[in-house]
Amino acid sequence: MADVTLMKTPAETALVQAFESAKTTLPGSTESRAQAFEQFSARGLPHRRVEEFKYTDLRALLREVAPFAGVPTADEAKAALGGSKAFADVAALQVPFVNGHFVREAVDFAKLPEGVEIVPLREALANGHEWLAKLSPVPWASGNPVYQLNTSFMADGVMIRVAGSVETPVHLRFVTATGSAIATATRVLVVVEDDASFTLLESHESTSGANHQPNDVIEMIAGDRTNVQHVRLNAEGDKALALSTLALKVGAEANFNSINVVAGSATSRHQVYAILNGENTNLRVNGATMLKGTQHGDSTLVVEHNALHCESRELFKTVIDDEATGVFQGKIIVPHHAQKTDGRMMSAALLLAEGGSMNNKPELEIFADDVQCAHGATCGQLDEDLLFYLKARGLPQKEAESLLVQAFLGESIEFVENEDVREALVGTVEGWLKARS
Amino acid sequence: MPAVQETIDQVRSIDVDQYKYGFETEVEMEKSPKGLSEDVIRFISAKKGEPEWMLQWRLDAYKRWLTMTEPSWARVSYDKIDYNDIYYYAAPKKNPAPKSLDEVDPEILKTYEKLGIPLREQEILAGVEPERRVAVDAVFDSVSVATTFKEELAKAGVIFMPISEAIREYPDLVKQYLGTVVPVTDNFFATLNSAVFTDGSFVYIPPGVRCPMELSTYFRINEKNTGQFERTLIIADKGSYVSYLEGCTAPKRDENQLHAAVVELIALDDAEIKYSTVQNWYPGDAEGRGGIYNFVTKRGDCRGKNSVITWTQVETGSAITWKYPSCILRGDNSRGEFYSIAVSNGMQQVDSGTKMIHLGKNTTSRIISKGIAAGKSENTYRGLVSAHRKATGARNFTNCDSLLIGNQCGAHTVPYIESKNATAVFEHEATTSKISEDQMFYCQQRGLSEEEATALIVNGFVKDVLQQLPMEFAVEAQKLISISLEGSVG
Repeated sequence: MADVTLMKTPAETALVQAFESAKTTLPGSTESRAQAFEQFSARGLPHRRVEEFKYTDLRALLREVAPFAGVPTADEAKAALGGSKAFADVAALQVPFVNGHFVREAVDFAKLPEGVEIVPLREALANGHEWLAKLSPVPWASGNPVYQLNTSFMADGVMIRVAGSVETPVHLRFVTATGSAIATATRVLVVVEDDASFTLLESHESTSGANHQPNDVIEMIAGDRTNVQHVRLNAEGDKALALSTLALKVGAEANFNSINVVAGSATSRHQVYAILNGENTNLRVNGATMLKGTQHGDSTLVVEHNALHCESRELFKTVIDDEATGVFQGKIIVPHHAQKTDGRMMSAALLLAEGGSMNNKPELEIFADDVQCAHGATCGQLDEDLLFYLKARGLPQKEAESLLVQAFLGESIEFVENEDVREALVGTVEGWLKARS
Repeated sequence: MPAVQETIDQVRSIDVDQYKYGFETEVEMEKSPKGLSEDVIRFISAKKGEPEWMLQWRLDAYKRWLTMTEPSWARVSYDKIDYNDIYYYAAPKKNPAPKSLDEVDPEILKTYEKLGIPLREQEILAGVEPERRVAVDAVFDSVSVATTFKEELAKAGVIFMPISEAIREYPDLVKQYLGTVVPVTDNFFATLNSAVFTDGSFVYIPPGVRCPMELSTYFRINEKNTGQFERTLIIADKGSYVSYLEGCTAPKRDENQLHAAVVELIALDDAEIKYSTVQNWYPGDAEGRGGIYNFVTKRGDCRGKNSVITWTQVETGSAITWKYPSCILRGDNSRGEFYSIAVSNGMQQVDSGTKMIHLGKNTTSRIISKGIAAGKSENTYRGLVSAHRKATGARNFTNCDSLLIGNQCGAHTVPYIESKNATAVFEHEATTSKISEDQMFYCQQRGLSEEEATALIVNGFVKDVLQQLPMEFAVEAQKLISISLEGSVG
């Protein structure tokens, strides 16, 4: 393999053209966008020879780039929001997006819960808001091509600042309502001040089956002694190619829980880049992925322990039916100074049908000598003995399977503290299983 | 938990400045012209008296190699190797092909004596129980200087000889199997080896034969500026069994020397091959000067049903180790095993692991890997377990632990687990909490301190791995046995 001149794929050429025509109309300075795009186009779309994308070949998966979505009219937005139903039973502050654009009319800025401030990102970018200074990316994210594309194209989003103990969850509700293929890029910045506690819900839904290519980034900075719950639900349409990133910095003595539940998209890749900057912090990152048909679901995770005495727990559960493909790539990094780290990473996959495949790559990179780090990965079928036990008690095959799958995924979901939210997620799992039988 | 004192002392006792085999033997050598070219390959081929097809095979490999680039994915860094600054062939000038031990240069015999390798059959018989006999093929730089027990093995039908001899005497067997497990085009170093390989062992065990003794090859690099490119080919025909051992040492030098070997194992129906390595190449000094660059391609093919291939390795040497002994589990019900202890000290860099490729039905594999990093070394486990569509009922269990001593070293694990079959069951774990509380309680109740109890239990566990080593190598591995893995990280 001698050095060859990189041929641009049609998708890459389309991205270059899209950036050229959009860069002047997108909010904020074009300089940082141009820089990110330059970094992206120097290497192009990642393919299977790029280690991080070994199992998710974006060059092959993203053949055609959809046009970036325009701002919906007020009526369109209203109609779209009326149809969606994720977390419908959870009392939360709705922060809705339609086709990647923030619907500000739907938020009553005068009646925000105490301790919550929200600023539309377009305004913030245009005025150079002071919080933007906090937008320094996590090192692992900034070199990532998906993140670079988001930085280049981000069209809308919000900035949220939380202080004190906030009871009402904030629900970022992303709805796609379109007849034709569209691409969207949103960015949400969340600043959780010291001692604050807060729940962030995030749902991605589509009212139509159109091809949707979202690229969503949430950057969160959680201060010292914070307590944050983050729940993400991917219920995109079955033609979507959904890329998402959570870039996270956590301070000392904090508690941070995040779960990503995948029940939609033809192809999805959720990336978590977390860095623990303060001592005695607990981090939990979970995943529950349900795949069927020819779906492809990728969970990628890098956790860097950058301080003493931190604990991290990662538990990823993947259920694979039909000919779907699951991917888990996790990495725990412990530098010299992060002594007394306790990290545990686990990925478990269940293959329900003959044609499915699972790729696991749990990595450890350790430089400190007084730490406990472990990783595990399993892959297999449902336990025959358990199935037999249930069937002996009169349950039909499918029902017995459903029960075991629910229990399997439930292990990952049970860490969600808010009962209504947990119920909603269990409901999603039940819905997926019902559609199966 | 940090490493216990006992472990630290054990690792220290095999630190890079304690290298015992660093002496040099003064023998007049005959070398090929420096560098690599078609002429050098023709020179090597002519020296070995090879048939035309072998020369052509080498030249094809060389042409292919010229188009390849050195791989860079491993977690090792080293100065660029100048492939034209190496002698690819070096053999003792006095009688490079001795007919008997009496013709071998006494200096060389002395070398093996110093290394503790028995080359005289009567000595072996006098000292050791008959069932513990080991046949030795001693490879000195580019040539095999002695092979013991050849006649006795021949009586059992076992062919054990230097590969260069086998190419002349059994061309059909060699032709049939050479390059079928590690193709010429497999990777940069394997292709280089295919072009310039000099010596190594050839083993053929006929159907139904249990090899009457352990076979072993002892590799010694001696000459300056040379590289060693050995090639080993082991074929276990239907229902046969063989245990093969390999040892390696080299003198202390400030230069880096290249060792790029290829080992191919083929197990037919119901056959079993046990391949054990104690790799103790010169690791370089504490500042990272000198040492062997060890780029090795080892692969076993469980071609027949119910066949078994076991790799056991104790790795303490080499400045750089790049080595992934693998098993292709092609035959139904075949089994692959990999047991490894890799200790890195000083500035050593180890990137090692295994590949278990499940192709046949009901194939099973087990991986037990222990990495211990001390000093400023880097120790990486890199492994692949994959089940293909037709590998119904495949099973794998992997356990890889690593331990750090001091905070200037690094331990990394990069496992790839790929399953394309729903009935395949893969389990991978790398945990520290494998010591059961019951066992701890039992020991502590009998008056052992927590640390002693842990050491005892862990030692028992490591011994499990080392028991895979044949008796003869157990002595060399003895130092490692008591290394406890308490406080290890996944």
